[in-house]
Amino acid sequence: MAHKDDLGRWGEEIAAEYLVTEGYSIIDRRWRCPRGEIDLIVQRNGTLAFVEVKTRRTLKFGHPLEAITPAKFSRLRVLAGEWCQSALRPVGLVRVDAIGIVGDGRNVHSLDHRTGLIA
Amino acid sequence: MSIGRTRAIALAGVSGTVVDVEVDIASGLPAIVLVGLPDASLGEAKDRVRSAITNSGFVVPPNRVTVNLSPASLPKQGSSFDLGIALAVLAGAGVAPPESVSQCIHIGELALDGRVRPVSGVLPAVVAARDRGATVVMVPRGNQAEAELVPDIRVLAVTSLRHAVALHGADIEIPDVEPLFAAESVQSFGTDRDLSDVVGQPEVVESLIVAAAGGHHTFMLGSPGAGKTMLAERLVDLLPDLTNDAALEVTSIASLAQLASLDALVTRPPFEAPHHTATAVSIIGGGSGLIRPGAVSRASRGILFLDEAPEFSPAVLDALRQPLESGTITIHRARQVAQFPAHVQLVLAANPCPCGNAGDPNAECTCTPDRRRRYLGRLSGPIVDRVDIRIPVKRVARARLLDNSERRTTTAEAQARIIGAREIAHDRWGQTRPASAELRSGRFRLDRRAIAPLDAALDRGALSMRGYDRAIRIAWTVADLDGVVSPTLDHVGRALYLRQGVTT
Repeated sequence: MAHKDDLGRWGEEIAAEYLVTEGYSIIDRRWRCPRGEIDLIVQRNGTLAFVEVKTRRTLKFGHPLEAITPAKFSRLRVLAGEWCQSALRPVGLVRVDAIGIVGDGRNVHSLDHRTGLIA
Repeated sequence: MSIGRTRAIALAGVSGTVVDVEVDIASGLPAIVLVGLPDASLGEAKDRVRSAITNSGFVVPPNRVTVNLSPASLPKQGSSFDLGIALAVLAGAGVAPPESVSQCIHIGELALDGRVRPVSGVLPAVVAARDRGATVVMVPRGNQAEAELVPDIRVLAVTSLRHAVALHGADIEIPDVEPLFAAESVQSFGTDRDLSDVVGQPEVVESLIVAAAGGHHTFMLGSPGAGKTMLAERLVDLLPDLTNDAALEVTSIASLAQLASLDALVTRPPFEAPHHTATAVSIIGGGSGLIRPGAVSRASRGILFLDEAPEFSPAVLDALRQPLESGTITIHRARQVAQFPAHVQLVLAANPCPCGNAGDPNAECTCTPDRRRRYLGRLSGPIVDRVDIRIPVKRVARARLLDNSERRTTTAEAQARIIGAREIAHDRWGQTRPASAELRSGRFRLDRRAIAPLDAALDRGALSMRGYDRAIRIAWTVADLDGVVSPTLDHVGRALYLRQGVTT
């Protein structure tokens, strides 16, 4: 597995730990369908959140959240819809979140959680 | 969530509106969202602003940055909002002092490296800012001289975004960068041409002086090579320097059209000579997006010279009728209206026929009478009727060309007479010329004997009513040039010749 995928996997772990400490319960992880993958699906107070996690080592090439382009974001929304269809149960309120992590694979330099994203 | 705000100017024609630039830095994916009817060049501002902020050593907040330009319903064009947007973002991010930024009006385009580029239209924008009560305006260093032409407002000139932030009171060092200037344009004014270059045509020179003194629209008819263009160019040199108000108006138009990198008021009347393939929009003004002044506005307070006038499209010539009458041009588009000045003195030039030889005793005209008639007939009646002075320009005979004894009028001499005549007219009439009815039968009625030639011409049907009125005005101008209190028979005779000297 490539170096960058290790970092991404590590970032997802950090994000999941963070969300649990924030009181979210984890519904699904790295859910895949032919169109793509959702990193984390979590729930708190009846609201379902689809979370995209981005991890970078440095800020030299911009903030990790800048990597979520409008195209990527709209794909995330489509994936969220796909997941709801496959869930076969009422899902209630839904939103899309993003978590940007700057860290080297051992230490977290910063973690940004943006909730309820719009285009 | 944090807010930054400042102000900028949106121009429509030569009048400007103060635009509030509001920036909201909110949670969300990192993006700059620009709202408030931006056009394409303004929409690209977000990319310029992002690069300029980063390359100035600041950080664009990794949040959702919403930029609103208010009033949101007013269409806005161009790159002059860059500086204001960048400073509002930095004020919202807590980098630039928000108080100082919000009170200043900002005009300027950003280069990707963070330097500030000069923009067009700074003079009318600064005038608009002052008229709306602003006390301080920040402009690109390359526009400093132009902005400082406007009195009663403090001008801060900046070379870079970092410089701008420092001037607003942030504790950062000012980088020593090379300021950006607009490309120098070649000025064609004030050349070495002189009225005394005109050889062997004293009566034509005299007619030109009358045209310049009275600001009369003029039509020159003559063979190719007789010197029509040369004469028109010298006519603009005869006009007196612009008054302060006129100079500000001409400079504003020049700034909008970016005819030159302006560092002083334009004090000489402009001269515009569009080619006869010109479109109506290029003459009248218009264009998509930003409405630009046309040739008739760029020539305002000066001379609009239409060489080969019959070759112009009739629609273009007829579009000039309304601005010639009112002195302004209002351009309507679906989303906005712009008004420009159009106080031009119109000078038309034409050959007598397509081959150009009609009326020349030494050359043979090869045109059929019908062709000749059609050629000048392309000048529509209403346009020709608005022309006061018609000058026949003949080829100069060799004998006169070599005649050194001829006494030629220089530009300086002619200009002195013209300024004198204008002063007399101004003392008599004040700012506004009297109505035609007043000249015919009111306070300024001419002596019955003096006006006899005009009455006779009118009775014969040789002169239209408008022509009659125009001839009276020319007579006054001729009398003013002679320093006479009221036109005499001689002046009226000369006026009639100037009006009717060419039959079209």
